[in-house]
Amino acid sequence: MSATAPAAGARTTYREALRAALRDALTRDRRVFLMGEDVGRYGGSFAVSRGLLEEFGPERIRDTPLSESAFVGAGIGAALGGLRPIVEIMTVNFSLLALDQIMNNAATLLHMSGGQLNVPLVIRMTTGAGRQLAAQHSHSLEGWYAHIPGIKVLAPATLEDARGMLWTALEDPDPVLIFEHGNLYNLEDELAADAGPVDITRAAVRRPGDDLTLVTYGGSLGKSLLAAEQLATQGLAAEVIDLRTLRPLDTNTILESVRRTHRALIVDEGWRSGSLSAEIIARIVEGAFYELDAPVARVCSAEVPIPYARHMEEAALPQVETIVAAARRIGGAGG
Amino acid sequence: MPSLGADMETGTLIEWRVAPGDSVRRGDIVALVDTDKAEIEVEIFCDGVIEALLVEPGRKVPVGTLLARLREPAAEPAQPAVPLANVAVAAPVAESLAPPPRSAPPRPPPPSTPPQPLDPTRPGVRASPLARRLAADLGIDLATLTGTGDGGAIIREDVERAAGGRTPAPGATPTPLIASPISSPPTGGSDRSAGMRRAIAAAMSRSKREIPHYYLATRVDLTAALHWLGAENARRPVTERMLPAALLLRAVALALREAPELNGHWIDGEFRPSEAIHIGVAIALRQGGLIAPALHDVDRKPLPQLMDELRDLVARARAGSLRSSELSDATITLTNLGELGVETVFGVIYPPQVAIVGFGRVREEPWAAQGMLGVRPVVGLTLAADHRASDGHRGARFLAAIDRQLQSPETL
Amino acid sequence: MSPAATVDHDLHLLREMLRIRRFEEKCAELYSAGKIRGFLHLYIGQEAVAVGALQALEPDDAVVATYREHGHALARGVPSERILAEMFGKLEGCCRGRGGSMHIFDASRRFFGGNAIVGGGIPLAVGLALADQLERRRRVSACFFGEGAVAEGEFHECMNLAALWNLPVLFCCENNLYAMGTALARSQAETDLCLKAASYQMPAWPVDGMDVRAVEDTCRRAALAVREGGGPIFLELRTYRFRAHSMYDPELYREKQEVGLWKQRDPIALHEASLRAAQQLDDATLAQIETEIAGEIATAVAFAEAGTLEPVAELERFVHSERPGR
Repeated sequence: MSATAPAAGARTTYREALRAALRDALTRDRRVFLMGEDVGRYGGSFAVSRGLLEEFGPERIRDTPLSESAFVGAGIGAALGGLRPIVEIMTVNFSLLALDQIMNNAATLLHMSGGQLNVPLVIRMTTGAGRQLAAQHSHSLEGWYAHIPGIKVLAPATLEDARGMLWTALEDPDPVLIFEHGNLYNLEDELAADAGPVDITRAAVRRPGDDLTLVTYGGSLGKSLLAAEQLATQGLAAEVIDLRTLRPLDTNTILESVRRTHRALIVDEGWRSGSLSAEIIARIVEGAFYELDAPVARVCSAEVPIPYARHMEEAALPQVETIVAAARRIGGAGG
Repeated sequence: MPSLGADMETGTLIEWRVAPGDSVRRGDIVALVDTDKAEIEVEIFCDGVIEALLVEPGRKVPVGTLLARLREPAAEPAQPAVPLANVAVAAPVAESLAPPPRSAPPRPPPPSTPPQPLDPTRPGVRASPLARRLAADLGIDLATLTGTGDGGAIIREDVERAAGGRTPAPGATPTPLIASPISSPPTGGSDRSAGMRRAIAAAMSRSKREIPHYYLATRVDLTAALHWLGAENARRPVTERMLPAALLLRAVALALREAPELNGHWIDGEFRPSEAIHIGVAIALRQGGLIAPALHDVDRKPLPQLMDELRDLVARARAGSLRSSELSDATITLTNLGELGVETVFGVIYPPQVAIVGFGRVREEPWAAQGMLGVRPVVGLTLAADHRASDGHRGARFLAAIDRQLQSPETL
Repeated sequence: MSPAATVDHDLHLLREMLRIRRFEEKCAELYSAGKIRGFLHLYIGQEAVAVGALQALEPDDAVVATYREHGHALARGVPSERILAEMFGKLEGCCRGRGGSMHIFDASRRFFGGNAIVGGGIPLAVGLALADQLERRRRVSACFFGEGAVAEGEFHECMNLAALWNLPVLFCCENNLYAMGTALARSQAETDLCLKAASYQMPAWPVDGMDVRAVEDTCRRAALAVREGGGPIFLELRTYRFRAHSMYDPELYREKQEVGLWKQRDPIALHEASLRAAQQLDDATLAQIETEIAGEIATAVAFAEAGTLEPVAELERFVHSERPGR
């Protein structure tokens, strides 16, 4: 543990937890390096990597030109060449410039080569809205990536996961994408001094309850927990599941909960059409149809490019009130 | 809407054959219904006076929907009505898979909650899947409940309240159902063959999923039977000549008397033998698809009558005018692919029946008997039976009994 | 090299080009017979490029190629029977039949495909070179692509990145004048490809891609410079594809006369003539080479024919690695 790591039970932020994870990885494995736009001298567009250039030098904290396809592809090549690259893409919207490399190479090479070429690459990127960044910096496209066989998709929503998922992802022999919701960087919480690598195969029950299952992840976890709090005052005990890993989905944890609560509400900042929320609902209906006591519902973003104006952006996104209203609708009016 | 087959989920009312005020007697045809398989005449199972028709012609409704109300003869018009055709309103799917309980009296509605006739514009009862499952487990008629869920849907609480705290036995698991949910894709008259394909697919999938089949095969020398039939037909006008199929039907029916474990239905985890022997005859339709209507009481009808009824049944099946009882009553099925040159046919049991008998083609074969080799007409005879209801030993004795019957055709 | 070694090497070049030519002629036949399916892009006419260039590489170097890569795979030493079995979709193929003609991979020979997205393989070569640079390994990553890829953004991003980071990449642009059916002049404002590379501060040399010795000489010099840490080099190998883009196309985009002219510069015929002129090749030697190649191809066909189909139960293997990471 490095000297700047939080002391036992110290309060820290999601951003600092991510940085501690990067520092830990760079320290533990000399094959690890970080590259991306402005990760070095600028300190990271969201200041996640601030200070790492000074600590690890320009070979391992590499500023890249604005060429997502080249540096993501180079990350794939470097992984094939025996290194453990961490590639940072500023936002998920920009990742579309590298979609060819992610889809056609990273996700595909192992299968296409008959098992010969695995790609141990980690790609981190910011996702989500809520900061008035408008329609080219605010989308939640992680559901698209969750569509692709051959990659794993993670969404840390807590400090513990921000601190712990990176190393586990680096140990994975195959490509892992980590989506950091932009609203979470300033999230403050306790983080244990011995916080370290975490499992990336299971969803987590963040709040137990017997009346209704709220399935969510990433930037919507906080809103869902607040909604559950309000629902509790109205006599409805909502169980909140944090998916943590969007691909492969931990279907069992979802079904186990729904079989107890008989009701499910998905909260996903992505759009609803052809989406991750649709996939989760499909799995619930496939696996627990005869346990359902109400239609499965969801709260998603409005199907518009995310607008700039604050009131419009707020209206476009899942909010605590809309989650509560949807939960009450399926949870029984008297609930 | 009566269930006219294990695989039927909805039916379209084509026309009413009765009007309010008409007196009807048990067995009368009261309506014509289009299913995925055929147009079927709906018969009524008790006497009375038609009080109201609740579904308009042309409407497609789920099995279990109340079609009409019937006043029993002695009853005053104001008294509670009895649902037509003994079919509970919105029977859970699991129940609709069973044949209508013909002999059981209609279940009277609980006196505290008289049944509300469904709004004819509503396609069915709104109930959650969990509520439907619980209601089926607890034997509660969903139509008697008032829903408190979103949009008035019946939810678990409503069922549990009605059950008065009754809960299903621990470990009760949902009955595996036919793969397609209640809201199967709409099927119009134009795509009946697609609908029939789906219906066959559903029934056969369920059969293979749920029924542990065992299979037995033997070959039967038909010399005696065909010799007798030839002599018999020589004495009859051409139009009244009998086909070997009628002989085979009779032989199966008489043999079944000795094998009650093969005649009946597997319902709710137990075998329910049938006194009557109604043999479903698999009939291929010209437009494709398959239907297996019942010939009733085969063991109690003389051969010539059986032959007539068989001809009539095949003609009506192909014309699409079968009766509802013919579609739901069979207690065993007989299939014969001999015309197509098939040697042996191993059938798939039509649930909830427990056996299917198959005949192949009659073919001249070298046949050794009593140390002598001769050429005989021989037919392949097979049995596929439900191992939950019977064992191979019983099945083997049944096949032997059919053989024995066919060796003494004069007693058939 | 001693004179005898030179003669041997010249014969080796001839033999390698003939292997590719005869192998692909057999592929065309097998495609017509329905044994090979999917797309089949033949390299016939361009053999001097792969054979010449790969002489310059060491076993530790990396090769990234395109969907027209049979020649590169054969010249790199991937066994012909494994390649053919791959095209037959057989388990014994180099990728268990999961890749087919366009996706030949051989990790043991550092042969990284087999990339069928135009330009998509270039970043891989850059990354492989980055790994070598960071690990202080004296290796070259040779990246083959056609002139069509020069229109892709990935090409320009990668030229810049490789030059900026001084990465050991040898860019081998095979300019056969047509991107499928689109002539270079119809798709590029600047048709001098070396100028494009030069604008990224990278040495860029044009080479006669129909002259196997010229290709080899140039590649050897370029690979040496790259290996010594001089940064990436761009080679434009001017060549021509004699056959259709894929197995069959109506060839509406070029004149038969043009094809005929280029066939007069058939790299195999040119090299053979030069060997004969130098008295290094006679009919008997050539016949012996042809016989040996015919034997190899017959063996490959028999191997592919006898190959087995991967059980469908294994369909979902290799979506994720079966061995742990680290």
